[in-house]
Amino acid sequence: MEERSTFPDLSEAERKALEELMPDEMGEIISSGIKRRHFLKLFAVTGTSLLAANLLGIEQLMARSVPIEEQPPVLIENGINVSFQVNGSTQKLTVDSRMTLLDTLRERLGLTGSKKGCDHGQCGACTVIVDDKRVLSCLTLAATCEDKKVTTIEGLAIGNELHPMQASFIKHDGFQCGYCTPGQICSAVALMGEAKNGDASYVTANVRKKEKSVKLSNEEIRERMSGNICRCGAYPNIVNAIREVHGDQAVAQVWQFADGTI
Amino acid sequence: MRPFKYSNASGPAAAIKAVTANPTARYLGGGTNLVDLMKEDVMRPSELIEVTRLKFSAIEKKANGLSIGGTATNAVTANHGLVRENYPLLSMAILAGASAQIRNMATNAGNLNQRTRCTYFYDVNMPCNKREPGTGCGALHGINKNHAILGWSEKCVATYPSDMAVALAALNAVVHVEGANGAKRSIPFAEFHRLPGNHPEIDNNLKHGEFITSIELPPNHLADKSYYLKIRERSSYAFALVSVAAALEINGNKIKDVRIALGGVAHKPWRATIAEQLLMGKEATEANFKAAALAELKNAKPLGQNKYKVGLAAKAIVRALEGAMQGGTYGAMEAGSTTTNQN
Repeated sequence: MEERSTFPDLSEAERKALEELMPDEMGEIISSGIKRRHFLKLFAVTGTSLLAANLLGIEQLMARSVPIEEQPPVLIENGINVSFQVNGSTQKLTVDSRMTLLDTLRERLGLTGSKKGCDHGQCGACTVIVDDKRVLSCLTLAATCEDKKVTTIEGLAIGNELHPMQASFIKHDGFQCGYCTPGQICSAVALMGEAKNGDASYVTANVRKKEKSVKLSNEEIRERMSGNICRCGAYPNIVNAIREVHGDQAVAQVWQFADGTI
Repeated sequence: MRPFKYSNASGPAAAIKAVTANPTARYLGGGTNLVDLMKEDVMRPSELIEVTRLKFSAIEKKANGLSIGGTATNAVTANHGLVRENYPLLSMAILAGASAQIRNMATNAGNLNQRTRCTYFYDVNMPCNKREPGTGCGALHGINKNHAILGWSEKCVATYPSDMAVALAALNAVVHVEGANGAKRSIPFAEFHRLPGNHPEIDNNLKHGEFITSIELPPNHLADKSYYLKIRERSSYAFALVSVAAALEINGNKIKDVRIALGGVAHKPWRATIAEQLLMGKEATEANFKAAALAELKNAKPLGQNKYKVGLAAKAIVRALEGAMQGGTYGAMEAGSTTTNQN
């Protein structure tokens, strides 16, 4: 019982599922939490169909913020006290003035969903939503986030229920390697708000005509998502995923499992 | 990144005082350019004063036109009803730049203060008179396909990267700034950015510590016929090879007012005054547009790798003017436009 307290979030059902799949790893998982390499091993020991059945539950597990052990206090040069909300919970931190929001999320808060792609504002993999606007966390200094509300990919689902954009990306296979996906999804979620707000883009036919909300064509989606680069080139599926959520109507799924199920 | 002191400005006067007092202090707006340049070790401020919470974000009608706050974001500005309706050229230009994420962060004041994206400027191992005066210009005889064809000097052939600024040049904007002890002044847009001359390290005529409080857009009758054309190597999220802000006012069948500004061709937004003067009072025909464009580009001095920009800029001017004449709607003048691809 005592060792379980180091990873109290593990439910009985999850514990049982993991024990069945990876009995050799359980001791380590219980003492130090589930790690990326455990997840990778799951791929190896299960095979895709079994994994697919477990995938969503395991993803939920992976997405949980495992508190990173606080280091003994060290003197931070130019330390800034900052307090802001991340996925609904208030975080109070002392950060080096140089620390970006991205590094703070990943290294201090254990939220590794936001990805460091280029770290120079050119790829969009680090996109998060700050006060309802999509921004680049790699170019945002954490010190500037006082009192702001940050939503990352980990904060989109409600319990086990995926955000419609997450579900749509899975349905439409809107990724291959998945590295750009958290940024793509955060960007797409914020885009829905911009469209509802009637915002224009460079390809909007007439910027002078202000409409209450904008119906996005494929070209509009592509232009408005151009800040998120996908090295795998999953763009057609990303557009389909966004179109389904935006249009609130089903778009045909383009893939199926080898046994014919979807 | 090198260590720096950081503070939130408690008010405009305190912020201006703090930056004025420290020659290596800088204002921090959205940070989309400055933070990147600090990561690259190109800029090394010892102190940053965060200014986005200062009350300079209003966009409002004033006696002498529309006033756009220095700390309003690019996204808010481009989508503001008064801007879209009365200065569509500015909306189009802003929306042609960067990405949605960056426009959500970047401020208008920061946009005017952004630095060139010349790769020699960015690479601290390369010579660059703008980054380190006296080291020479790596681009002059180097890789210069993206560089200037107008107004450059032996010291620097970099181009100014902003799209927004090209529209502001065409719209005769006025930059309002405030310095230490409340000293205010107004800078006509044409005098805001500089040509490189012997001092490419100085991008614009702001004094250290001066803060851009607002940008004023004088009234005009150009909104019906405005168009921003941007030509780049991919269809979005890239800097301009050449861009053109074009706007016309027609009286009868004669040109009463015409504005043409070019991006991607010089160290500052290039106002095509020669072409404008040729067109005033003439009919808005393709032949007249072409003659004016060629006259403007007659003074172009291309570098080793960017001769293409001379012809491209001339054609872009004609296309942008034609786009403006057609009401400035997107699609009419875009080569390879896929507006019909709705699937």
